[in-house]
Amino acid sequence: MTINIETTSNISQSHHHQGEGDWKKYFGWSTDHKVIGIQYIVTAFMFFLVGGIFAMVIRGELITPEADLVARSVYNAMFTMHGSIMLFLWTFPILVGLGNYLVPLMIGAQDMAFPRLNAAAFWMVPVVGILMMASFLVPGGPAQAGWWSYPPVSIQNPTGNLINGEVIWLLAVAISGVSSIMGAVNFVTTVVKMRAPGMGFFRMPIFVWAVFSAQIIQLFGLPALTAGAVMLLFDLTAGTHFFDPSAGGDPVMFQHFFWFYSHPAVYVIILPVFGIFSEIFPTHARKPLFGYKIVAISSMLIAGVSGLVWVHHMYVSGTPGWMRMIFMVSTMFVSVPTGIKVFAWVATLWGGKIRLNTPMLFALGGLIMFVFAGITGIMLSSVPVDVHVNNTYFVVGHFHYVLYGTVTMGIYAAIYNWFPKMTGKMYSEGWGQLHFWLAFIGTNLNFLPMHPLGLHGMLRRVASYAPEYTFWNVIASLGGFLLGMSTLPFIINMVASWLDGEPATANPWRAIGLEWIVASPPPHENFDTIPVIISEPYAYGMNKSLVLEQFQEEAVVIPQSLEEQSAGSDSESLSAENSRDK
Amino acid sequence: MKIRDILILIAIAILLSAVSIQIGQWSYSWLPPQASTESGLIDNTISFLVTLGSFIFLGVTGTVIYSVILHRASEEDLTDGLPIEGNITLEVVWTVIPVFLVIWIAGYSYNIYQQMGIQAPGHGSHPNMLMDAAYAETLNSSGKENLESSDSLVTPVENTVENIQVDAKQWAWVFRYPESNVTSTELHLPVNQRIRFALQSEDVIHGFYVPAFRVKQDIVPNETINFELTPTRIGEYRLSDSQYSGTYFAAMEANVVVESAEDYQKWLHQAAKQKPSIANNQAAQEYAQNEQQEFQNGWQTVPPAAPPLVNYHT
Repeated sequence: MTINIETTSNISQSHHHQGEGDWKKYFGWSTDHKVIGIQYIVTAFMFFLVGGIFAMVIRGELITPEADLVARSVYNAMFTMHGSIMLFLWTFPILVGLGNYLVPLMIGAQDMAFPRLNAAAFWMVPVVGILMMASFLVPGGPAQAGWWSYPPVSIQNPTGNLINGEVIWLLAVAISGVSSIMGAVNFVTTVVKMRAPGMGFFRMPIFVWAVFSAQIIQLFGLPALTAGAVMLLFDLTAGTHFFDPSAGGDPVMFQHFFWFYSHPAVYVIILPVFGIFSEIFPTHARKPLFGYKIVAISSMLIAGVSGLVWVHHMYVSGTPGWMRMIFMVSTMFVSVPTGIKVFAWVATLWGGKIRLNTPMLFALGGLIMFVFAGITGIMLSSVPVDVHVNNTYFVVGHFHYVLYGTVTMGIYAAIYNWFPKMTGKMYSEGWGQLHFWLAFIGTNLNFLPMHPLGLHGMLRRVASYAPEYTFWNVIASLGGFLLGMSTLPFIINMVASWLDGEPATANPWRAIGLEWIVASPPPHENFDTIPVIISEPYAYGMNKSLVLEQFQEEAVVIPQSLEEQSAGSDSESLSAENSRDK
Repeated sequence: MKIRDILILIAIAILLSAVSIQIGQWSYSWLPPQASTESGLIDNTISFLVTLGSFIFLGVTGTVIYSVILHRASEEDLTDGLPIEGNITLEVVWTVIPVFLVIWIAGYSYNIYQQMGIQAPGHGSHPNMLMDAAYAETLNSSGKENLESSDSLVTPVENTVENIQVDAKQWAWVFRYPESNVTSTELHLPVNQRIRFALQSEDVIHGFYVPAFRVKQDIVPNETINFELTPTRIGEYRLSDSQYSGTYFAAMEANVVVESAEDYQKWLHQAAKQKPSIANNQAAQEYAQNEQQEFQNGWQTVPPAAPPLVNYHT
């Protein structure tokens, strides 16, 4: 059984020749969620490159045991800004961008609930970025207290100036928080209020479920971080002593404020990536997502549990034993809903008709590395293990398997998967696969050696280390440089394909989903008439129509009987496949 | 399910278990030497989790790779896979098994944690803190008077415990041996004796960490944190600051010498006779060098504390 895909060629034709001055809209104030989505994605990628260059400096310093490449203060600024940029200016905004682009399309809406709020939230991101970069120019240099910004180190202010790197950093984080809260309000409202007729909660694609759960975390978690940041800002500038132990303040209290948000923040980042995997595996394995409902619910469970695990970052902060035990158990329970998702993906792949194109390769690589990260995560949640490896490279290796091995791989998978939709052009499959192999090998070469280093006791954030750690550090640095190189085929592919790629049909993957029934790229209002949804989201091989018949004139997914489908329309799909290979 | 399939599954499970157990054994070689009673307990936990983790990792990735190789569609094949939407039994199984695994791992870790705590003397005096491993109890947050009064913590029952005060500051370690009136920048410890450290910081949060001992504790300013361990292996080790403490964080290290009781006493006696002198301090040296350099990036940093004045230094 197959679903027959017919491309109504006039759709892609009519939108292919859009106005030539079209690119200008990406540089100005637009309230179109698709334009904002791409603005987020491209801006975030620019900062990903900046954060990546800082990572190269870090790996360059660590290729030898001595602190010899840059001054220690510069090294400290590098890892502080690397972490801050990768979180606040890469993973957060790019996933908000993908959500912005895809969620309204996937739920059959014409835009986000609050388009102007959406644009305002986006334009704060470049402000955050400019502030962070500008802090390199103030006396004393940028923040050097790590992205945790733990007091008392963060409030020492050696220059004595009111305007210093740490103050600018805190302002940037606060603005980023405001932007994220605005985004969260918008996403939650959009998902609750703007779904097309017939799209009940249990007909939403998992990506929408994942974004919804993630944004709910933002709503309850961000106020804690923002409050902590504001109090720290007061300590630094206004002479208060919330966290200053020399005047009776409690520095450990800041750690609670910080991690109450910043651990759930990891789930804000990873849940949409789980959503991406849940879209890509069914599409490219040609099978329904295994256990759709429980996968959907598990996103909510993860969001719920995520609020109860923060103290596992503080096992050795003087935390009493009972608290260590409670948070050990709650942290381990995160693995249950997460495991449900992993097993569901594996079962989806099992017996499928797997196509190893670039999005699928990135998703599979991401899945394998996520399983590894999950296992080291369980090890870290165990108090006796953490007492040894806390703050070592074992932790650094673990979260880079999450944030590069899983999240960044998932982001790449999403970009390749929806590139034809966003641009109306096909990317080059050969360059895509080259990118995947460089990234996959580079990730493992870079981050796997960090685990033996951590088990041997090499601490994170050190500019110099004992000579016995040299071997694994050299391997990791080479992996890091390879990862840096791996972005080149990606950039070349994206730029060349967008400018001069093969035109993409409305549905090059023969995928099921509302975003695939509109032209590539979609028209300004997405849907001329709002479609009515009549079936579940992943009905691969089931001969079902996703939307009500009257909308099928603009629809691409048309159920036909097995007899009819062998004839004419297959050639259309074939040509879509071929154009991808060229 | 056919009997043949079940037999194949069992065979795979046995093979995976054997491989995982082997990897679990290897994991001991990924760790530094075991130099304290805590080391063995923690290494057993790591090995246990590596064994379980290897089984899961190999099982899951094996299935994925098998699917990708065997169920890969050819370019011309436009058909779909079987439209299986789920299987309630299977979904319940893979929810319940992880729940049991989690309970098992949590129980195992809890036991290990208790054993680490039980070895700490002085538990009887804090019955209400039974779950609190004594090596990390926060005694007082009222300030620095503790520094002077901390020998009063030594009750006669605990006279086999060696009390050592650890002072951390940006970026130096100072160890005080109150019974012998010795200060040192090198940490000397008698082997096979319970040591109780009273950890204090003068400025920011630091962390006490000797990888060979496997245990770690943050030092929070304005608190005295008691922290216990028993070194079991004669040798030289390295103490590092494990909580980021500013510019010269990585340079804040100290030698640790674990020696026999006689050698330890001998060292204490000799050190007590020496007049206090200024110890070498890497952070202070580097800071002074930077001041002299012509080319500077102009990023003012927190100046290091004055190099410590101690009886014994290297």
